[in-house]
Amino acid sequence: MNSDLITNLYVFVLAGFIGFEVIRRVSPLLHTPLMSLTNALDAIAVVGAIVLVGEAKSKLSTILGTIAVIAATSNAVGGFLITDRMLKMFKSSNPKKP
Amino acid sequence: MNPQLTENVIQVTYLIATVLFILSLKWLSAPTTARRGVRAGELGMLLAIAGTLLHPGIIDYKWIAIALVLGAFIGVPLGFVHMTAVPQRTALSHAFGALCVTLVGTAEFYLRTPDVPRFTMSVLSMEVILGALTFTGSLMAAGKLQEVLPQRPITYRGQNFVNLSLLAIAVGIAVYLVLHPGAKQLFPLIVGIPLVFGVMMIIPIGGADMPTVISLLNSYAGLSAAAMGFVLDSKLLIIAGALDGSSGFILSVIMSKAMNRSFTNVLFGAFGQVQPSAAAGHEARTVRTATAEEAATILGAANAVVIVPGYGMAVAQAQHKVRELYDALTKRGVDVKFAIHPVAGRMPGHMNVLLAEADIPYDRLMDMETINPEFPQVDVALVIGANDVTNPAARTDQSSPIYGMPILDVDKARTVMVIKRSMNPGFAGIDNDLYYLDKTLMLFGDAKAFVGNIVRELAGGGHA
Repeated sequence: MNSDLITNLYVFVLAGFIGFEVIRRVSPLLHTPLMSLTNALDAIAVVGAIVLVGEAKSKLSTILGTIAVIAATSNAVGGFLITDRMLKMFKSSNPKKP
Repeated sequence: MNPQLTENVIQVTYLIATVLFILSLKWLSAPTTARRGVRAGELGMLLAIAGTLLHPGIIDYKWIAIALVLGAFIGVPLGFVHMTAVPQRTALSHAFGALCVTLVGTAEFYLRTPDVPRFTMSVLSMEVILGALTFTGSLMAAGKLQEVLPQRPITYRGQNFVNLSLLAIAVGIAVYLVLHPGAKQLFPLIVGIPLVFGVMMIIPIGGADMPTVISLLNSYAGLSAAAMGFVLDSKLLIIAGALDGSSGFILSVIMSKAMNRSFTNVLFGAFGQVQPSAAAGHEARTVRTATAEEAATILGAANAVVIVPGYGMAVAQAQHKVRELYDALTKRGVDVKFAIHPVAGRMPGHMNVLLAEADIPYDRLMDMETINPEFPQVDVALVIGANDVTNPAARTDQSSPIYGMPILDVDKARTVMVIKRSMNPGFAGIDNDLYYLDKTLMLFGDAKAFVGNIVRELAGGGHA
């Protein structure tokens, strides 16, 4: 195993801990928006797909990559849109404090 | 720009995107900052995509542009589905995410074979196996939620053996490929078999288990994306995948705890098959009923009312009528709260979204731990379209299939009202002792119509 690999494993484990600690604090009230937001963030896989398409190394990689970019982009766009729509609906009964 | 500078610029955009993603989830923790979280996520995504487009290896932008535009066109309508359809939309987006990861993994394999280092091949196998089973599994879940597929669990003898064998074969082939990455004729199998497994995995799972299943699929989707990050040596992807994976994992744990079941039990248990013997012989028991007028009188005279909404309320589209009831009672000085069981609805937190959509303030929505100690001081608990989550048998009857499941202690309120279409039992097929208590009034009818009648009685009560 080379050192890049070890670094990546560190990154994975640490990010898992950060995720656990941050997400544990999300109120059950917002669990649905949480899932749609993490879904949208997961669409970051689009960056890998973009490079795959752009490098155009083979016909197969271009075709598969193009479908992958479409799938991930629709997740990002749809996911952020619906998360924001949901959050907009959550209103407090107390009038806003200045 | 010289290549080194470009590379640095790309890496800096990825770093900023990573920070924004973590902040995005942090801000989501409270309703007051949550929308800022969405902005942060969007900005991070745009930065990362912009950075990627600078990548020196990209020689052709035509298909990238076409795909980005097409994706946006598909994404916009998916962002505007009705709130009751959010669970199936979410399942569908798990499927899309998994599809992307599987396709990229497949393309990477054929570009790199036969020189694939062992570790890369291991994570690549994990990427496509998890991705493929999440893809078909999520499509199946979406189909069940949309009710284009039967909601009832379908089981047959030896089902678990068949499913686990399929998975074992796929893993075995993956191990062989790790040792012999040149055997590219075998690669379609580690995509194809998990695709079949994903379908088989969801067949025995019933509608009521969907909150747990969606969360698990969410976790798989995240892990497969993290695996893709390892293959592509992209820390940004590893981090986003780890965040998504841990989020799905936490939600799965919460959901299965709320149903008092383990993951294995959800995946291999086929809950709908349980046929409780206790359900027989109770037909003779009598219940007390009440009219809308009587219910309105009692509710109007109460100090504290807790409404317990279940998925039946959403099915009857009664949430807006419930809001009118909330308004009418609040105007009379009645303290009205809502008790939300973690598995109310078809995905984690779904009921909160449905009530928020009906303009019910979020500070009136109480989770189970907060509301349960308050029930003894509650004058009226009004149950609308919920059943098993209010069944006291879960606390007392060891022979009950739902024994041990955390429930809302509705039976501790001074008066209980249950709006129900008929005496038919809930998804678990279990009779609910709550309905036969002396303090319980059954309000038979369609939830939306009945709540509407109560509201009308409350409004007319002062003049008539």
